[in-house]
Amino acid sequence: MAIRTQPVTVNLGPQHPSTHGVFRMRVMFDGEEIVDVEPIFGYLHRGSEKLAEERTYTQIVTLTDRMDYVSSMLNNQAYILAVEKLAGIEPVPRGVWLRMIASELQRVASHLVATGFLLQDLGALGTPLIYAMRERENILDMFEMLCGARITNSYLRPGGVFMDAPDEFWPALDRGLDDIIQTIDELEEYLSGNELVFSRTKGTAVITPEQLINASITGPMLRASGVDWDLRHRAPYDYYDRITFERKLHTASDNYARYWVRVQEVRESVKIIRQCVEQIEPGPVRPSFDDVPRLIRPPAGDAYVAIEGSKGELGFYLVSDGGIAPYRMHVRASSLINLTLLRDMLIGGQFGDLFVTFGSVDLNMGEVDR
Amino acid sequence: MTTVWSGSALAEAIEAFAPGSVESSAGSDVWVKPESISVVCEGLKTRPEFRFDLLSSLTAVDYIDHFEVVYHLTSLPMNASAVVKSRVGFGRIDPSIASVVPVWRGADYQEREVWDLMGIRFAGHPNHKRIMLWEGFPGHPLRKDYVTYDQSIASGASEATTLSDGGD
Repeated sequence: MAIRTQPVTVNLGPQHPSTHGVFRMRVMFDGEEIVDVEPIFGYLHRGSEKLAEERTYTQIVTLTDRMDYVSSMLNNQAYILAVEKLAGIEPVPRGVWLRMIASELQRVASHLVATGFLLQDLGALGTPLIYAMRERENILDMFEMLCGARITNSYLRPGGVFMDAPDEFWPALDRGLDDIIQTIDELEEYLSGNELVFSRTKGTAVITPEQLINASITGPMLRASGVDWDLRHRAPYDYYDRITFERKLHTASDNYARYWVRVQEVRESVKIIRQCVEQIEPGPVRPSFDDVPRLIRPPAGDAYVAIEGSKGELGFYLVSDGGIAPYRMHVRASSLINLTLLRDMLIGGQFGDLFVTFGSVDLNMGEVDR
Repeated sequence: MTTVWSGSALAEAIEAFAPGSVESSAGSDVWVKPESISVVCEGLKTRPEFRFDLLSSLTAVDYIDHFEVVYHLTSLPMNASAVVKSRVGFGRIDPSIASVVPVWRGADYQEREVWDLMGIRFAGHPNHKRIMLWEGFPGHPLRKDYVTYDQSIASGASEATTLSDGGD
């Protein structure tokens, strides 16, 4: 005989270690089952879009770092590409290769953080997270060699990057890539076929590709449902048209599929970086200040550029009125839009699956709230 | 490589199924009358020549005398993209446009964000509430006439100076 229970409303967050920042949910439970979910945002809202209206185009690079702070380089790249399109700036080849290497390293770091914290949320306390964070630490060390900063890089400039890689960067990168593959092999050996991981992640929070597309959800979540959509392949920016890589797809569209796709994408990113290192050539890393001055005044107009970020389509919409600061800047934040279906994914599930689903969506509150 | 619809070609194609809905077109942009945005978006999503199944981005710009809602659309099957814009709220009076949530679920949070920060109403939105700021927040910060905290402090300081100069 079923035990009669009463629905209970529980407030989760904003200060909860499993919410990856300051995310708050009002969840209604009936026993262990989730009946209703209401996400509440805004605890990290800093008004970045308004702040951008008072800063020059080069200064805004520092604001983009602080949006999705585990993939700063990708934010820089999306923003710089939008500025280049708006102002008609032609980037220099070495600068483009360097920023591709930097952004792919950042994608690896972001996916490692997502995977590590997902497993932490599953109850694998410590070990996998520490392994993932160790590799991320190596990547941050490489960023320090590139630009002196580890998290808030501000490495990119319109037309390229602000500084060439030092000589010791290249051997460190080569070693680091080997280490990443080794760590991923270890992680996969222990976890990708692990019965406990299967039982917690397979078949939970399943969502159809049609629902995902209709809700504008892109990135690893969409590829985990079997849709071959990667902007690096379908709408190549920078020099991605000179790179070959596989798009790893999974058809189950459950929490396990999202975990699996991220792990495989780390391997593909390593392949992309190796191809970039092969093709990079000596030369300047940014255009001279005669070509691209520090104070850019793009002609009046607007530009939207989207790149494949670590969490999905990351877009910047810039409007210029011919002045030194953008008239309007809008960020198409993949983290926020990927939460559109959170309610549908959670309702009917168990309490224990809540944070697993939450971890497999992979969001960053800095980007959700901006 | 993605095919980008030119504004004139898209305007012509929209006029074919929704006559009288296009205001103008230039470059890659099409301006659609706000009252026909639902019909146009439904057509752009379902008709076989467009199939824009993914709403990439929805945002708004404050142009002082009016607001502009900007839709960036992507078609996964055709690998195409298009920009649709709509001018609303001339004279800054009660800017409002029909919600496209019935067409694309992805508009849900984006329209709430535009309402919260820019103050444009989306008629028919299922959950028309602020998203980043709290209910009761005064004004919509991304509007150009919004007075920021720093500016209000500065004006308050000058007032204090005037009073002390008065010397009463």
